[in-house]
Amino acid sequence: MGKLKAFGLFWYDFIIGDDPLVAVLVIAALAGTAGLSTHTTASWWLLPVIVTLALAATLVRAVGKKRD
Amino acid sequence: MGTTFLLLSVFLACAVEAVEALTIVLAVGLTRGWRSALQGVAAGLLLLAAVVAVLGPALTVLPLKTLRLVVGGLLLTFGLQWLRKAILRASGYKDLRDEAAAYQRGVAAAREAAADKKPLVDDWYAFTLSFKGVVLEGLEVAFIALTFGANQHDIPLAAVAAVAAVLTVCAAGVAIKAPLARVPENTLKFAVAVMLTGFGTFWGAEGAGADWPGGDAFLPAVLAYVLLVAVSAVWVLKRRRAAWAS
Repeated sequence: MGKLKAFGLFWYDFIIGDDPLVAVLVIAALAGTAGLSTHTTASWWLLPVIVTLALAATLVRAVGKKRD
Repeated sequence: MGTTFLLLSVFLACAVEAVEALTIVLAVGLTRGWRSALQGVAAGLLLLAAVVAVLGPALTVLPLKTLRLVVGGLLLTFGLQWLRKAILRASGYKDLRDEAAAYQRGVAAAREAAADKKPLVDDWYAFTLSFKGVVLEGLEVAFIALTFGANQHDIPLAAVAAVAAVLTVCAAGVAIKAPLARVPENTLKFAVAVMLTGFGTFWGAEGAGADWPGGDAFLPAVLAYVLLVAVSAVWVLKRRRAAWAS
């Protein structure tokens, strides 16, 4: 069980990394783009916007931790 | 254009990871002897080859749209992590990666560790440290080469770029028998982070059903946008840091 947990934690750390908020926002952005694409062909702009917001959010969190 | 970006991205990403793996293996090999260190490298490369052999064919059977959605999402998650670290380093919020210091830490740890003999391996510490270094850094290399290659329908070309990067770094390491401290690693990581995030955005949006204006010709614009955002973030954080300091 310990090894299985360690294996899972390794892959979690490898893919998700230090800030799970990034992964959550990426999934939300892809789902939002997929949803928007069913209504309009001009849905390409959504992902860059959310990626920018995700980067800003994770940087704010990281800088906040550094200050604490 | 796609081929050039593919080669450049995979080569740069693999080179920076290979520099870090080389630092670990050199510290172990030069301090504790090469036999067990190289056994660890060989075992790590075998494991990576098995991962690539299993995942490569699996990726190529996915429908293109699904592949781009999955790979785009993974590259974005991965790329944003790299980009966050690169921006924090460039703006002074995180220490710059220093291969010479990392090497000295590795040497100090290798000198203190006790030797433990196992069947086929004379020095278990040297073996496991080299093995872990190669596998952990190599997994990122394998992941980047596979995802870029699969998306561009050219895994062999991505593999050639990855192997060329690793061989170049190894040749340089063997030639100078020291960590490659003069490689502008932090700048390279920044560039790779921009590429991973840019490609992830481009492919992720396509996989989710969006059409970019002008199709593939829009990719440089996406990369330029991500670069602009990253450079702006560094500028903002540097100013904020300076304001706090004063």
